[in-house]
Amino acid sequence: MWILKKLFTRPLSIAGFILLFCFIVIAVIAPWIAPPEFPHQPYRIPRDGYWAEPKPPSAEHLLGTAEGQYDIFYGVVWGTRTAFRVGLIVTLSGCLIGMIVGSVAAYYGGLVDEILMRIVDIFYTLPYLVAAMVLAVVLGRSLQSSMIALVCFTWMGYARVIRSEILRIREIDYTHAARALGAGNIRILVRHIIPNALYPVFVMVSMNIGSMVIAVSTLSFLGLGAQLGYADWGQMISLARNWMLGSAGDAAAYWFTVVCPGVPIVLFVLAWNLVGDALRDVLDPRMRGSR
Amino acid sequence: MLTFIARRLLMLPLVLIGVTLLIFALLQLLSPYSRLAMYVNDPNQLKQGKEELDEMVEALGLNDPVWVQYGRWLNEVIHGDLGWSESGRQPVLSAITQRIPGTLELALYAVVPVIFGGIWLGKLTAVHQNKPLDHVGRVVAIVGWSFPTFVFGLLALFIFYGILGWFPPGRLSIAATRIVHSDAFTSYTGLHTIDAVFNGNWIVFSDAFRHLIMPVCSLAILSWALIMRVMRSGMLEAMRQDYVTTARAKGLAEKVVINKHARRNALLPVATIAGTMFAGLMGGVVITETVFNRPGLGRFAANAATQLDLPSILGFALLNGIIFVLVNLGVDVLYALFDPRVRLE
Repeated sequence: MWILKKLFTRPLSIAGFILLFCFIVIAVIAPWIAPPEFPHQPYRIPRDGYWAEPKPPSAEHLLGTAEGQYDIFYGVVWGTRTAFRVGLIVTLSGCLIGMIVGSVAAYYGGLVDEILMRIVDIFYTLPYLVAAMVLAVVLGRSLQSSMIALVCFTWMGYARVIRSEILRIREIDYTHAARALGAGNIRILVRHIIPNALYPVFVMVSMNIGSMVIAVSTLSFLGLGAQLGYADWGQMISLARNWMLGSAGDAAAYWFTVVCPGVPIVLFVLAWNLVGDALRDVLDPRMRGSR
Repeated sequence: MLTFIARRLLMLPLVLIGVTLLIFALLQLLSPYSRLAMYVNDPNQLKQGKEELDEMVEALGLNDPVWVQYGRWLNEVIHGDLGWSESGRQPVLSAITQRIPGTLELALYAVVPVIFGGIWLGKLTAVHQNKPLDHVGRVVAIVGWSFPTFVFGLLALFIFYGILGWFPPGRLSIAATRIVHSDAFTSYTGLHTIDAVFNGNWIVFSDAFRHLIMPVCSLAILSWALIMRVMRSGMLEAMRQDYVTTARAKGLAEKVVINKHARRNALLPVATIAGTMFAGLMGGVVITETVFNRPGLGRFAANAATQLDLPSILGFALLNGIIFVLVNLGVDVLYALFDPRVRLE
């Protein structure tokens, strides 16, 4: 209970939770506020003609249309679902793989540990965005392949953290004390090691969901992720690239093409970072006394 | 100290072999025909009929056992043969070496505000913990950390070029490009700002600098926020240590306690994230150069990726791996310099 109480007493974390809640609401009610034109392909953004030049916000298109007359409002609303799906799937799959590798390394130790950790080191040598670019080229252009690529190159962080946490906690006095009191291996593992090793992982997951959404939308922006017309924020911003300098006489004519999909990305990532930041302060025992 | 560095240097080839193994493994996901482009240096060779291609696959041994292929591929890489870049219309190695200066210039200018600004602000917010300055710094860092580079870059381009007309995209204006390519201008490093200083040409310098401001900002913002956060928590940790209390008890001025006793120890965690920061910078370079239309490695890689030009993107990945390994070596040495405990291990 004290965790919840602490989480909801700090203005920044409250702001994070409110933002997150708003995004969840938008994602849930998407079919009602932006009814799909193609019920079987709700992620396909409806377009109003094929004219290249974006049109400013109007009653018909609340946030205007992007290059190629894609409805921005529809894309932003359904893009929320894409962002949740992408962020959660990529982060949780990476976390699962990392936790398995990390605990196997910590449990067996010795040669197994050495080999697994060297593999982790090698995967670390490629920046994940660069590695994801390579894999996206190899696997072909789609949202799925950019997600697979990111999972392949982000699991290592979790592996390292969970391994070092298990090794650390195994040697801490309370584990020894529990052993001295006659507790079995399973009890020590379940009651003492795992709960304490999980805290940093929780924090990492919530901080990484934002980064993964950025990474996937960056790949889409570069033209390696979602296909044209798919409701994805990064893909919609890439449509704004050619219109940044405005039209003759009005430099700011097409502001909505970058601002409308740009604001939700920043707020979405901000929400997860605020929540992650709050979780870290609350869950990290070393931080408890300091505030 | 010397044995420590020697030991690290001995590890270097092993890690580099790991990098090439990883890249080679990625390559194996493709069919022999797609991999053919990695081995030729003339695009016309790829435009032949199926039988000729079959012959080439056979001649190059692309159906051989994997380890044989790996050995042969590694041999070619060591000799600098990285294949033909379809998107750059030249061999991959020369395409990369040609573009290094442009990217190096951008990265060098970005690293300065990131490291010094980040460390200074991190220290400042830690010293003023829970005061208004700390709260403002915290909010700015979290917002900065949440800004995707491409959104920040496009907004910067929109405001400072589209509306205000201050900072244009590209690397140089047409007039300055003409000066740079004229006989009167000697190119020493390929970094325009530095060359301009050597040549004493202030027109080129100010022009190149003007083109750098926005890309540097959008490249720096993410890493800057990261360093600031790490420095702040490292500083808070250090300020709680006994030796800081001792220093205060000895009657040292607060400034000396902070700068001499606490800050040096707070720098250790900052050094550890240098690798993460580098990864962020390399990813950032790809986006920044694409958004601001700067010729360089990043835009080359982005173009190669969208045109499915595998040899180029693999060459870029290999370069990244090598730089990363070298950066980490440097960090380890720095670490040993900062922290005597590491040397004695």
